[in-house]
Amino acid sequence: MAFSQSSTAEKTNEMLESSFAPLSARRLLVLGGIGLILVGMLVGDIFAVFVLHQNAARVGTSLASAAHAALAGDRARVQGSFQDVGSFLENRGTKVDTHVHMIDFGYLALMLAILQPWIAFPESNKRRLAWLFLVGAALLPVGVFLIHYIGLAYSPLQAIGWASIFADLGGLFVLVATLGLLLGLGKHFRLQESAPVQDALLLDRSAPSRVLLVGGIAMVLVGFLHGAYYAGVDLYRHEALDSSILTDMAKAAAANDAGMVDRALEAYGQLQGDKAVKIAAHAHIIEFGLLAMLLAFFQPYVSLRGTWRLRWSYVLIFGSVLLPVCVLMELRFGLVAGALADFGGLLVIVALLAMWIGILRYTGQLDAQVGDAR
Amino acid sequence: MSGSRRLLIMSGIALALWGMGYGLWYAVFAEHQALNGMGSSLAMAFDASANRNPGAAETAFNNYKEAKYVYDRQVDVHGHWIGLAMLLIVVGIAFDRVRFAEGYKLLLALAFVAGAVIFPFGVFLQTFDHGPIPRGITIFGSALVIIALVGIALGLTAYVGSRE
Repeated sequence: MAFSQSSTAEKTNEMLESSFAPLSARRLLVLGGIGLILVGMLVGDIFAVFVLHQNAARVGTSLASAAHAALAGDRARVQGSFQDVGSFLENRGTKVDTHVHMIDFGYLALMLAILQPWIAFPESNKRRLAWLFLVGAALLPVGVFLIHYIGLAYSPLQAIGWASIFADLGGLFVLVATLGLLLGLGKHFRLQESAPVQDALLLDRSAPSRVLLVGGIAMVLVGFLHGAYYAGVDLYRHEALDSSILTDMAKAAAANDAGMVDRALEAYGQLQGDKAVKIAAHAHIIEFGLLAMLLAFFQPYVSLRGTWRLRWSYVLIFGSVLLPVCVLMELRFGLVAGALADFGGLLVIVALLAMWIGILRYTGQLDAQVGDAR
Repeated sequence: MSGSRRLLIMSGIALALWGMGYGLWYAVFAEHQALNGMGSSLAMAFDASANRNPGAAETAFNNYKEAKYVYDRQVDVHGHWIGLAMLLIVVGIAFDRVRFAEGYKLLLALAFVAGAVIFPFGVFLQTFDHGPIPRGITIFGSALVIIALVGIALGLTAYVGSRE
């Protein structure tokens, strides 16, 4: 019995090792995917700490300046203020897009890594598609980040600059690579009867894997329930308020009512804050839930002691819950909640980095074995 | 690979491709125009106020409101289709750990796939019609997703419990 168990474990290990060969598509996608998520999260944390609030304050100041210019009947200053608002919003929007796309491409890379054994192409083709995916996944967010700084300089087009063109090219690379891998998957299903696939990665039932999987699905479910609540209770109210406050502001400016303009500006700022925290909490808890579920599958590759793998899983779950909960509390508790939310994000980054290092250790051990065999 | 698992994974990848294609189309052909439209109508509204012309300001604000309504929904459609697609794939991969009979699992998978397609499609329809039908379709789609997720979470929890 003991012999049978140890031979099964050896077989599982062999299967795991063979699926993670040097420069294999799966290894590229796992390391590249987690790397993209880590960089995307770091960009998000740096953005939240150093850019988000300052940028929001500048948008508010420019909007106030536009309203007061309208009050004074100064049309030139209204136009100037709105140009500033547009520039600040573009700066904010491109940074959010960089953060979101990098992380989402990381998730997609991890999913495609899991699916590799079912993609019925030769390894060399899968590797090319994996490289194409990773190049596109890096090109798009970098291009988006640069849109604000490069603008339309030297662009052959009237409305789209070089940074946008390269960002769109990156998106196209990702799309083509994903489509290619889908074709491979389709081919596998056509040949399925003759070629059953067994993947040791999915046989893992360790405690960290279970914690991450169940914790992840619970977070996704809570995120959906919160999203449904937001859509039912707040979404249409927020949209109506957004428009009515701005209309009141402009009417007050036309009627030369400075007090009303200031009240409308304050209400608009509060509304934007309320919207931002609710949407951010909804998006973050679902994304972290998805991340936890994805990482559950890669635990066999994390070459750390069992107790540490479990600790890092709990840290990841704790940080994933702390961030959205504290983001929701930001309007009530201000900077304290904001700092705690950033701390939650940092915990997720540290736990993810620890798992990434564990996977790197595993690749080192595998490569050393290959070297010894030679 | 079981039928329910295959359904989730294949639908997830197809939906991800669809969502990305939609996002690419929107970014290239529609987003810049939408943002320009929103910015210019807001600026026009304040300009009209500075010019003491409340009628023109109101018209410009209505244009801004409509443009923003459509823009927010277009971004939501793109984001939700891709997000739900990723969830379909991940849940599909973990589906052998859901501790229910295959028939019930197939039902859950069908509800999840249908919800993932219908919910953002309802949001997309709202860009053409602000009436109750697109909203109803959106609510129906999101209810399907939530019910399927509750079932899957219960199945996964039952599995973990049985191992411990």
